[in-house]
Amino acid sequence: MKYKGRFGDYGGFYVPEVLIPALEELEDAFYRFYEDVRFVTELEQLSKDYAGRPSPLYYAKRFSEYVGFKVYLKREDLLHGGAHKVNNTLGQGLLAKYMGKTKLIAETGAGQHGLATAMVGALFGMETKIFMGVIDIERQSVNVHKMKLCGAEVIPIEGGSGTLKDAINDALRYWTAHVSDTFYLFGSACGPHPYPTIVKHFQSCIGKETRQQCLDEIGKLPDMVVACVGGGSNAIGIFSAFIEDKDVKLIGVEAGGRSLDSGKHAATLVAGRVGILHGAKSYLLQDKQGQVYDTESVSAGLDYPAVGPEHCLLKDTGRAQYVAAEDEDVLDAFELLSKSEGILPALESAHALAYLCSQKGKLDKETIAVVNLSGRGDKDVGIVEKHRPLEQASDR
Amino acid sequence: MKTYKQVFSELKRAALIPFFVIGDPDFDTSLKIVKAAIDAGADILELGIPFSDPIADGPTIQKADIRSLKSGINVQKALKFIRKLKDYKDIPIGLLMYYNLVYQYGIENFFTDFQQAGVNSVLVADLSIDDADEIIAPAASAGLDTVFMVTPNTNTQRMKLIASKTTGFIYAVSLLGVTGSREKLSDMVETLVGKLKGLTRVPVCVGFGISRAEHAVMVASAGADGVIIGSKIVQLIEENLDSREKILSEISSFLTSVKNSIPLRS
Repeated sequence: MKYKGRFGDYGGFYVPEVLIPALEELEDAFYRFYEDVRFVTELEQLSKDYAGRPSPLYYAKRFSEYVGFKVYLKREDLLHGGAHKVNNTLGQGLLAKYMGKTKLIAETGAGQHGLATAMVGALFGMETKIFMGVIDIERQSVNVHKMKLCGAEVIPIEGGSGTLKDAINDALRYWTAHVSDTFYLFGSACGPHPYPTIVKHFQSCIGKETRQQCLDEIGKLPDMVVACVGGGSNAIGIFSAFIEDKDVKLIGVEAGGRSLDSGKHAATLVAGRVGILHGAKSYLLQDKQGQVYDTESVSAGLDYPAVGPEHCLLKDTGRAQYVAAEDEDVLDAFELLSKSEGILPALESAHALAYLCSQKGKLDKETIAVVNLSGRGDKDVGIVEKHRPLEQASDR
Repeated sequence: MKTYKQVFSELKRAALIPFFVIGDPDFDTSLKIVKAAIDAGADILELGIPFSDPIADGPTIQKADIRSLKSGINVQKALKFIRKLKDYKDIPIGLLMYYNLVYQYGIENFFTDFQQAGVNSVLVADLSIDDADEIIAPAASAGLDTVFMVTPNTNTQRMKLIASKTTGFIYAVSLLGVTGSREKLSDMVETLVGKLKGLTRVPVCVGFGISRAEHAVMVASAGADGVIIGSKIVQLIEENLDSREKILSEISSFLTSVKNSIPLRS
């Protein structure tokens, strides 16, 4: 490998030898093409015409009135596929095409990355396999169906807890046996180098647009940027443009699950310890011996025991602050945005909103907070209905 | 303590190296199984401490990991297991690990404690030669040999680098893929072993997918110094969980037949 892929001491590429040539090939291709004029032009065109970029920055007036300060939503939920994931799958899919690969594989938790991969698989005419835990298949069945409609094969993973971690394990195993013709389209800003760098690059459009929109529409930078963190792709995407703006607080919100004390959560940066999983050194939810915990969250997309290496560094340096939001508060926030704005947020993104709700009455009313509304909540209606049957919800 | 060097120089044929997950299906049975393998002619042992996320392993060893973890195996019990084995016979032992377990125990401590228990090397499956410096110095100061993997897609330059950092043996992976028994031996084995033998004098042992006596014969005939058999043996445990005696007899007769068919070096 040309680069170490480290963020401080985090990251790296802790993988079996058999995967090294594939990662080397990927690293080489990424650095060859990511600034290549033809590649950039083609990706910009697709981002605009296929995905629907730029996404709007929306002032959520009624939600703002509730929390008592100004909240702007970066509407990644309006992109094709319903989430920010398409930014990355278009980028990596195009990279796969430039590399001459004909087959795509991907892991997925909530199904948003799986769907976004299935979409580009169809777009580029590539055979696509999506690895997904059986629990996630059950709770995100609409996305499973959509992936199949786009022509992808969805491979159910029984192992472990049947969630994202297990899907990544099996996608890596499959890749090990098919490295020569298969491109592994990794969905989050974690995993082995060069993925954290690649995913950040393709998601950094969120931050660049947001920063410019703040300057153009509000006339200044926000006081804080808030995003949910599972693996951390939407968060690093929006944070990346603001890292040098020291006055802008960066806040990542992890899945507090049932509660931090119960141990049933996925708040890796808040409650984890440094370890090594899926090819990278990062904070990790694990027992004393180093066995990785099964995580739990109402949102499948955040249900992951490790986290992107750059977030680990941002935590340690204090540049970003990481907190956790518990399931019940997330469901409250989901309902609040739906009722106040007519926007159903993905349960993942609702974690970021839940943090804002927790700040109600604590911030000056002129405070400007930008939230990365990374996905829309249509996929989660069934889960919300299960937790909050409608009669109950309407009483709130 | 018997070294790899001694075994490879004494043997007139390729070494028989069975792999087991420590504590599969439980501590006591596992100990009996491994002792039976020693009695059946194992020359070196490869042992794994189970990990929650074994990405280099296929379904058979994943299930063994789960059985072992459920029976309560942890690093401390693995140390005890190895001490008991060494009390039974002085046979070289290579540990096959995923990095996080070593990292959490503390790399130096892990190497020192396992060397003292009787381990000869620690192969970390998810640590490539690029980051080998994280373990080479601690291994050397603990008195351990190093073992690294080479795969059919490793380029020549890397092979040389890997060989230069290996003091025990090179673990040549026979195929592109994860562990698991296979009907046919990978057609990449001969080329891989031949190439390695042309590059280095470090012993070369071949693993992954070796499931029959004739596979072992082919690997040995290709010039390998050792034949590592994992999933096939672990499968014999899985298939006979209702009878501990049957596990012992099946593994014993399988290993004996493999041992007897490995040809003497020409």
